[in-house]
Amino acid sequence: MKVIVDQDKCVASGQCVTAAMDVFDQRDEDGIVVLLTDTPPDELAVDVHQAAAVCPALAIVVED
Amino acid sequence: MTERDAIDYPLAPIAAIEPPAEWEELRQQCPVAHVRLPSGDQAALLTRYDDVRQLIADPRFARNSSEKDAARISMLDQQESPIPRLGEGHQRWRRMLTKWFTAKRMAELRPRIEAMAEQLVDEMVAQGQPADLRASFGFPLPVWVICDLLGVPNEDRDRFSHWSDTFLSVSRYTQDEVDTAQAEFTTYMAGHVAAKRVAPGEDLLGDLITRADAAGEYLSDDALVATGKGLLIAGHETTTNMIGKMMAMLLADRTHWEQLLADPTLVRTAVEETLRYDANAGFGLTRYVDEDVELPGGTLPAGTTAICSLGSANRDESVFPDAADLDLSRSPNLHISFGVGPHSCVGQSLARTELQVVLEVLLRRLPTLALGVPVGELPPVKGLLVGGLQKVPVVW
Repeated sequence: MKVIVDQDKCVASGQCVTAAMDVFDQRDEDGIVVLLTDTPPDELAVDVHQAAAVCPALAIVVED
Repeated sequence: MTERDAIDYPLAPIAAIEPPAEWEELRQQCPVAHVRLPSGDQAALLTRYDDVRQLIADPRFARNSSEKDAARISMLDQQESPIPRLGEGHQRWRRMLTKWFTAKRMAELRPRIEAMAEQLVDEMVAQGQPADLRASFGFPLPVWVICDLLGVPNEDRDRFSHWSDTFLSVSRYTQDEVDTAQAEFTTYMAGHVAAKRVAPGEDLLGDLITRADAAGEYLSDDALVATGKGLLIAGHETTTNMIGKMMAMLLADRTHWEQLLADPTLVRTAVEETLRYDANAGFGLTRYVDEDVELPGGTLPAGTTAICSLGSANRDESVFPDAADLDLSRSPNLHISFGVGPHSCVGQSLARTELQVVLEVLLRRLPTLALGVPVGELPPVKGLLVGGLQKVPVVW
């Protein structure tokens, strides 16, 4: 599983952090998404897909 | 664009929490419908999830503008704003604010909101039942939270409440009262900004004054006042109404409330589901398109004002199985009540936190809570832009 985020599209809703806090974080200065790992372990797959689905900016892509 | 004559919009008022009968028919038969607004101007109404989502996420377009051929919807659209509407300038402004709405900030803010909610429940219980949950709880809570964000002292909360009430409740106040409130608020905020320039403090407004944006520019006084006003308008009445509607939905069929009492871990998904289920979501989001747009449901020619019905999109069966059922454990729940894309609600994490706290505190403090009147007798707000209930009588 590979995760790609688009920081330019990100609107800092924080939904990804709520869904998968071990994979996504937010920059302190503006809340824009920061990827903690772009290859999360398989046991987080459900959470990571949830994060991508609920992102209001469609800024997260997951490649299986 | 249409297979039928223009219909009048907004659609006929609905009873409390039921969706207008037209939504399903329009989604099925006329996803891009020709509508006539109260001003007499024409617009296109979008009711399907895919069309609504694609248009509101399109970075080329913003909400209705002062373009000559844009449909007239409300006074708000006609005012020039010192805040950039589109593109990079809009993103720079927005990213000055988003620091204050991160998941971390919400975790820090949550205990303060809980304390406010507890205080409001104490006061409501002390006054006895029946109580109006909207007036005693749903109305004050969001304005207290916004005052905190803006560094407005507690003693000025009532003035903020009054100003906010007049800005959006056009039908309940005379034009003179609205103009007076606008002028008083602008004067207050200008003074507040001036005081903050001397002593910025540890809040959002002080931060906006002392920090440059990504291009190294600072916000002007006009932009700061407009930002404060924008946060109040965007964050108060909408949240107040949603608190009332959420509680009405959960108490209308009390098995939902009992399900939450039995399993409070459902609070997060329950909040999302009531946001999706909201059939009284207000006017919808407008987009003025200055070039042709191809949507799955049809083409919008350049010069069209489109009204995107978030409420109808959230009831689209092609996206939400059993869309007419309130399912408190629905997941994932891809509702678009906060919009999507570069203009989606900047305060959505705060709104979610407030709604979750409201629910947690009421479940804990007033487990016997019930509606004081049948759900069908709850009176919808008479206004154009924001949908809600005028009163939510409760007993416990």
